[in-house]
Amino acid sequence: MVAKPTILQWVKGGSPWIWLSASAVSISLIMVFGLLLLIGLRGLGYFWPADVLEVQYQQSPTEVVTLVGEVQTVETVNASRIRDAGGHVPEGDETVTRMLLKVGNRDINGLDFRWINQHDVVKKSRPENMIVLERREWGNFYGYLDAIKVKGKLFADGTEAWPVFLERLEKTIDIYDRIKSIQVGAIGSINYEIEELRLAKRRLELDGITKASAFEEIKQQREALNKQYQLLQKDLEVLYRDIEQDSAVLRTVDGRKIELPLSKVVRGFKPNAMSTPTKVLHYFEKLWEFVSDEPREANTEGGIFPAIFGTVMLVIIMSILVTPLGVIAAVYLREYAKQGPTTRLIRIAVNNLAGVPSIVYGVFGLGFFVYFLGGNIDQLFYPEALPSPTFGTPGILWSALTLALLTLPVVIVATEEGLARIPRSIREGSMALGATKAETLWRIVLPMASPALMTGMILAVARAAGEVAPLMLVGVVKLAPSLPLDLNSPFIHLDRKFMHLGFHIYDVGFQSPNVEAARPLVYATALLLVAVIVALNLAAIWVRNHLREKYKSLE
Amino acid sequence: MLTSQSFRVFKDQSFRAIVTMGGNFVIVAILLIFIYLMYVVAPMFESAEAESVATYALPGSGKTLSLAMEEQNEVAMRFTDAAEAIFFKADSGDIINRFALALPADSSITSFYMAGSNSSTAAYATDKGQVLLASHQYRISYPNDKRLITPVIEYPLGEQALQIDPEKQAIVQFVFQLGEEGHSFVARTVDGRLLLTRFSKEGSALDEDEAELVANTVELPSPGINVDFMLIDEDQRVLYLASRKGEMVQYDINDQEDIVVQQRSHIVKADRQLEKLSWLTGTISLLVVDSEGDTSQWFPVRDEGSFPIPTFIRDFESKDKVTAIAVENSRKGFAVATEQGNVEIFHTTANQQVLDKSSGTKNITQLVFSPRSNALLFESDSGKMHFWTVMNEYPEVSWSSLWGKVWYESYQKPEYIWQSSSSSNDFEPKMSLVPISFGTIKAAFYAMMIAVPLAVLGAMFTAYFMAPRMRRIVKPSIETMEALPTVILGFLAGLWLAPLIETNLPGIFSLLFVMPIAVLIAAWSWTRLPSNIRHKIPDGWEAFLLLPLVIIVLYTSLELSPFLEHQFFGGDMRGWLTNEMGVSFDQRNSIVVGLAMGFAVIPTIFSIAEDAIYSVPKSLTHSSLALGATPWQTMWRVVLLTASPGIFSAIMIGFGRAVGETMIVLMATGNTPIMDFNIFEGMRTLSANIAVEVPESEVGSTHYRVLFLAALVLFSFTFFFNTIAELVRQRLRRKYSSL
Repeated sequence: MVAKPTILQWVKGGSPWIWLSASAVSISLIMVFGLLLLIGLRGLGYFWPADVLEVQYQQSPTEVVTLVGEVQTVETVNASRIRDAGGHVPEGDETVTRMLLKVGNRDINGLDFRWINQHDVVKKSRPENMIVLERREWGNFYGYLDAIKVKGKLFADGTEAWPVFLERLEKTIDIYDRIKSIQVGAIGSINYEIEELRLAKRRLELDGITKASAFEEIKQQREALNKQYQLLQKDLEVLYRDIEQDSAVLRTVDGRKIELPLSKVVRGFKPNAMSTPTKVLHYFEKLWEFVSDEPREANTEGGIFPAIFGTVMLVIIMSILVTPLGVIAAVYLREYAKQGPTTRLIRIAVNNLAGVPSIVYGVFGLGFFVYFLGGNIDQLFYPEALPSPTFGTPGILWSALTLALLTLPVVIVATEEGLARIPRSIREGSMALGATKAETLWRIVLPMASPALMTGMILAVARAAGEVAPLMLVGVVKLAPSLPLDLNSPFIHLDRKFMHLGFHIYDVGFQSPNVEAARPLVYATALLLVAVIVALNLAAIWVRNHLREKYKSLE
Repeated sequence: MLTSQSFRVFKDQSFRAIVTMGGNFVIVAILLIFIYLMYVVAPMFESAEAESVATYALPGSGKTLSLAMEEQNEVAMRFTDAAEAIFFKADSGDIINRFALALPADSSITSFYMAGSNSSTAAYATDKGQVLLASHQYRISYPNDKRLITPVIEYPLGEQALQIDPEKQAIVQFVFQLGEEGHSFVARTVDGRLLLTRFSKEGSALDEDEAELVANTVELPSPGINVDFMLIDEDQRVLYLASRKGEMVQYDINDQEDIVVQQRSHIVKADRQLEKLSWLTGTISLLVVDSEGDTSQWFPVRDEGSFPIPTFIRDFESKDKVTAIAVENSRKGFAVATEQGNVEIFHTTANQQVLDKSSGTKNITQLVFSPRSNALLFESDSGKMHFWTVMNEYPEVSWSSLWGKVWYESYQKPEYIWQSSSSSNDFEPKMSLVPISFGTIKAAFYAMMIAVPLAVLGAMFTAYFMAPRMRRIVKPSIETMEALPTVILGFLAGLWLAPLIETNLPGIFSLLFVMPIAVLIAAWSWTRLPSNIRHKIPDGWEAFLLLPLVIIVLYTSLELSPFLEHQFFGGDMRGWLTNEMGVSFDQRNSIVVGLAMGFAVIPTIFSIAEDAIYSVPKSLTHSSLALGATPWQTMWRVVLLTASPGIFSAIMIGFGRAVGETMIVLMATGNTPIMDFNIFEGMRTLSANIAVEVPESEVGSTHYRVLFLAALVLFSFTFFFNTIAELVRQRLRRKYSSL
């Protein structure tokens, strides 16, 4: 039995310091996991259909108003702060609990959100027949459904209205999708082809070709396209007429009536009447919409599919560029170069490359890739499109190249580590059997090191997926009209601008006009990005550990 | 068989060649970045050049009163003393067109005025107290796809001469300023009166043509000096009158009914004479040329409530006397011609001479810049006209304008300011890299304040005290932090952390004291626990034990925050800071940036420092422990000392990362370029500045190149720290391999 130390002994032995340093680890761990938890909770909560509260609120001593909305946050603040702002707080209260209510109906109220103080709430209820409509414009609607009109005539009302509403809404959305597919798909590709023809004509002119037949051919093709366009336009007119037929008569809690065409509605539901399984179903529907749909309302609602697509395509192109280069550099450093000043210099260069701020890569990419390389490519290969630039403007290719340069050190370091793990005996065995050095590398060493290459690539992808600053200069945009991959030849459009998850977070969170409304979406986007990156990192760690185990037996 | 053999050798050789090339590509890449940035930046520091294009005899007849050019530098013109406007080709002197101006029949010219190259309007005054305005204009057409510039003369205020002096006396000297709402003329008549005549538009405000000009003339109070120079500013508010002796009188002429002498000043050194007085573009600054050839810049500086007083700002010395001065059109630059025939170009903000070139002729009488400031036209009294092209793209950049305090127009004193663009045309770009470099250091400093203690202490514990099983979880977890996109950290910092800190300020600060104390108390209580409980948890799990404690302390601090605020800060710490302490408070301040960026740098420092501590040879620690040192003493005296170069390099790399971080500072600060170390205010960093401004800057402009310079500064900065760190690390590695 050891005697317990006195406080003096305890301090002299340095134990307090050990505990303090332990607390540094605890704090760091809490920061990491707390952050992941925060993003996780807020991000996943976004899709859950929250109950809608109806509140009788004492707005001023004489006035009681009815408000509806979803509770966003509840917080406690000092009473004096509310008093300073001109709010009413009962005498003697030092703190005030207040909640942020998402009241929606931006077209009527002007504001989406409202702070209300708990002590002024007269009555709270959750009316079952309260409906929530997600609209294409003006955000959510909260209120009651009175009736459905078709072609301006009353079609259903009372209890019948809701089932009819759902049925008609489904039809309307169906028409909406068809209109969309014609506009974006068919008409989009016709426009693309017409533009191609214009460029072809311009090219002929620039080449000095005056043969009438060539021009005639272009003219005919263009007329054919124009005809197709006319036909599609007619289809569209019919659809437009159909979609405008139905409308819903709605009533807000303060009794105002509005009539809303169903074409403006994305989704309608009664959250207070939903059972838990329906809510779960609704949850996954929303989740699916989020990853598969296009953004609405200046990116603050709808999905983020183009951003996911852009990010994925960007990292794929980047991997294709960076992997061979990184591997070759690592092979050189480990297998060919004589260890000495040169390799030391290269290692310093590699580490420096890793330490250069990403924004500097962005500046370099913009100046060198976009304006210098891109500008020259345009002069040489795309003179017909000038003065509007093809490659001489930020785009996905230049972004990928910039990121490739940025992630090069990651791949080099990981690959080198992998190569270093392969025992000498294996190389010597191969050489002893008569293989050349290249053959040894190609057939024996590199395949054995392939998990390390994978690790490097995964880490590079993880780094690239989260990098935003350089992309802001070399190709990312808040809203790209078309994806860099589509059905118009040559299918992959490396010159196009693209959307990106990381930039989406920045843009929606900080540049959008209605930050408060967009915040949940930003959390969800952040969650998606974090999930992808953490998963990639875990994969890399797993591959690396796996590799270690594999070569333990060889040593 | 042999061929296949040699093919194999060939393959081997080419493989080697490719790989070597690829390996060296890395060096090439880093050199390329550096060289390319230099290549963009370098032109800013080259001095201007001028080239003489043509010299020819004066086109047309008469004495030149004023020269002018059009934007493309193709056509030039001169107003002569015979009231003639002669247009000629700038590069050959061939006359294109001559216009005789329609002066009233029975009058003669008594004076002439034209306000610099940024005005296209000149005016002749007559012995009947009248003034005729004429402006030179250019019509551009493209017959046969070739640009054709046709010069014409227009009369902006009508072809009729305007009566300035109702008493119809001859005007000996006058100035004027045209404006949107009205036009002001100040004239000195032969009988010594000083008149201010203002023409205001009356009638339909919408239809320009129907508006009628109504004249109103008042006599100015006597200035009490000989009037040799007169100037009116663009807004028609200020009138300067000056004498050759250097006395200057400033009138406020805004209200015609109440004209007062505002200031009297003396603007040349003793025993010198005032030779020329001219506006700098924007009509805020005066350029004062004295008899010794010094040109000084003056502008009104407001001094605590009183009227702005014309103040000496800086001066520019020429080799000898100045015979002519020309002002640039849209920049704060000017050129002077000296007696010996040198043409010198200066820039006021940059406080530098950008060109000094001999013209080969003497006594230059007329000098003018082209509207784009890329050509000069001048006339010598030998009757020759000289046409130069000027390559002077970046006069506003100099060492002092980038890194020194500069006294900008309308400021009270020299300051470091970054303000690169504005909507106004006469804007003086303020491109001091000091405030944004300062912001960068400030952000990095606060980040390091958070990151270094946490990361280094954490690394010490993890590498040396922590149980191996826990270490296997902790290390990758903290390293995963490194991969977290900074855009997410920035977003959380800006939208979640910043408001949280603002509302819980006292709680956050109390954490600084409460947390260590709570940890120590907990640690001491732990030693007091019965040993059977203590032995259930082996050594090395202290960090795990502390997790709940840290959470509880964090939670209570935040919960108690309103209470603390109520007790000590009158319920509003923010207000208390501003009102009682005089410290301004931004929601997105340095605490937020420090926490968020600290978070981003912790894993970098942690990971490298942990490796360094972990790789300290076990033989060292074992011998220390065997000699009776406690674990902490071993750590402090042996391990830390041995690993210190590694920890140093970890901190350097962390610092490099904090300096270059973009998204966090972009989102978590207000991005205002201030020079204040206040923890409650934000900053603007080099990186954020680049991210915000590069997309808006015009390719190849000074702004664009200065931003590249900012990138180069950032690059060099991190290059320096990373190279040091890497060298230290390589040395350390060699040292350990011998142990």
